[in-house]
Amino acid sequence: MTSDVQPGSGRAHSAPGQPTADAYSRMEADPRFRELRRRFRNFAFPWTVAFLAWYLLYVLMSAYARGFMDTKVVGNLNVAFFFGILQFVSTFVIAWLYSRYANRRLDPLAQELYREMGGRR
Amino acid sequence: MNGTVTVLAASADTRRGLTIGLFAVFIAITLYITIWASRQNKTAADYYAAGRSFSAFQNGLAISGDYMSAASFLGIAGLIALFGYDGFLYSIGFLVAWLVALLLVAELLRNSGRFTMGDVLAFRMRQRPVRTAAGISTITVSIFYLIAQMVGAGALVALLLGIRSGETFIGLSAGAAKNLTIVLVGALMIFYVTVGGMRGTTWVQIVKAGLLMTGALVMTIFVLAKFNFNPSSLLGAAADQSGKGEAFLNPGLRYGAGDWLTKVDLISLGLALVLGTAGLPHILIRFYTVPTARDARRSVNWAITLIGSFYLMTLALGFGAAALVGTNAIRAANPGGNTAAPQLAEELGGGPGTTGGAIFLAFIASVAFATILAVVAGLTLASSSSVAHDLYANAVRKGDVGEKDEVRVARVAALVIGAVAIMLSIFAQNLNVAFLVALAFAVAASGNLPALLYSLFWRRFNTRGAVWAIYGGLVTAVVLVVFSPVVSGKSTALISDQDFSWFPLENPGIISIPAGFFFGWLGTILSRERDDPKYDELEVRSLTGAGAH
Repeated sequence: MTSDVQPGSGRAHSAPGQPTADAYSRMEADPRFRELRRRFRNFAFPWTVAFLAWYLLYVLMSAYARGFMDTKVVGNLNVAFFFGILQFVSTFVIAWLYSRYANRRLDPLAQELYREMGGRR
Repeated sequence: MNGTVTVLAASADTRRGLTIGLFAVFIAITLYITIWASRQNKTAADYYAAGRSFSAFQNGLAISGDYMSAASFLGIAGLIALFGYDGFLYSIGFLVAWLVALLLVAELLRNSGRFTMGDVLAFRMRQRPVRTAAGISTITVSIFYLIAQMVGAGALVALLLGIRSGETFIGLSAGAAKNLTIVLVGALMIFYVTVGGMRGTTWVQIVKAGLLMTGALVMTIFVLAKFNFNPSSLLGAAADQSGKGEAFLNPGLRYGAGDWLTKVDLISLGLALVLGTAGLPHILIRFYTVPTARDARRSVNWAITLIGSFYLMTLALGFGAAALVGTNAIRAANPGGNTAAPQLAEELGGGPGTTGGAIFLAFIASVAFATILAVVAGLTLASSSSVAHDLYANAVRKGDVGEKDEVRVARVAALVIGAVAIMLSIFAQNLNVAFLVALAFAVAASGNLPALLYSLFWRRFNTRGAVWAIYGGLVTAVVLVVFSPVVSGKSTALISDQDFSWFPLENPGIISIPAGFFFGWLGTILSRERDDPKYDELEVRSLTGAGAH
């Protein structure tokens, strides 16, 4: 870490151990990198849309569907309570799904490309 | 009402002694850790990013420590105790927000940045304008957040130590005790940050997160045990004691109860909460403290687990406080409900006037102080890092600066920012804490998140786009708040005797967040600048970790 070069920018490509600008552009065109990017975006983008829509549905119903939200389900526990708890559950589940997906479908490929770019880890 | 006040005062001496004693133990431990950490710090990467040596679990704890501020612990429990269900809305927004950080930001930021948020924003841009904008936005968000925490500390000290106006404590009036507390908190945070750097600050967060989780867990078990672990009877008792009946368990007591504007305000708040987290600089820089992007992901997963469990426990604490202490008694002690959790602790320990009650209250009160102290240290570190790394090293010196020089500037900046925060907090004591925190979230969501997402995912994005996105979102958010009913017009406003408000919403998010995205897009297409090779580099680096620091 002490060999960190130019802060934040990639200007100092000549530093030892740092890939060149050319190497980055070649890797960006590599079908395996395109595949890695596709896999990442295929998970991250649809799931982001999904959880934001699910959350907004909850907020909108808290504002506009009060009658439904106030309906009792079990004892004193109403729809709003369970909807809220479900937001917690969905957050835990999506985080877990993403980790499983990343471990299986992203990390091995990312590691392979990282090694090829001269990374040692 | 008066009954509660009298009984609270009865055990005040025992409680003060215990609270101060326990808090002194916490300070002693953290000071020791800080001095130990300072011996390990040798390079700039040590100071800013703790040598990237923390494990995912340690960083997950530290993220939770940074995130669970006084607003979370005292604020949300208090909101639930006063307004029932609507307090829960906050916890949900604060938790779901972590998915934005997990899916879109944490790993990519870890791989492409070095010490600050500005590293990523300026990655493929002209350094000076973007670094300056990133630095200004980091400092703005952090200062708002910082003042909120310190004002909270000042307001709570009188209540937690049992000093009311007119009373004195070791010769101090309530006002003087507040100011002394703010100065003490400020001095400690400056010490943690300047001496311990990121390593010391991270350990302070870890200790605090452990204390807070333990305290909340013990209280939750006590509360649930009183209701035979049946949530339905807990909620029923809370509704009975609230004086609001059924409505206490339904959405709408606090937010969106009135005309259509209050409902839009609720949506605006919801947006700011869910999109603010991934733009908070003091959270973002935590991802640099772990060795790899994979560890950054795992630390967010730990944080989601810990923060989610904590917010579920605040449900038990808030409703438990309403059921066992009573909404009226809570409001009598603090109109904002900020003392609901400590009052509940006293009740669970055996009630006011008992030794058990005094011990439990003292423990929870010192946990609350530890919480505030740790969060302000994290915020000071984030803003001073940005001053030294973005503004000084890159914008002013254009990267031509030695590591030692840069770290020295960071330490001086921490000192200055700490001092400024102390002074602002003393003058800003009548500001509403929740307002400042919500503003910090709205500003982060408007000024930082659009620029961050465009930087990571939009090839065409350029310098003008980044600068417009940051200033556009930042200025829109701040201006709308200044002309909102929070600042003037209403009786509860900051300046209640004047009315210059023309923006009807309390939270600017619904306008200012889209504005940030819009200005970023507009600035980008109005500039011809485009750097494809640098975007190739950013993409490859962010996804594979090649060339990452």
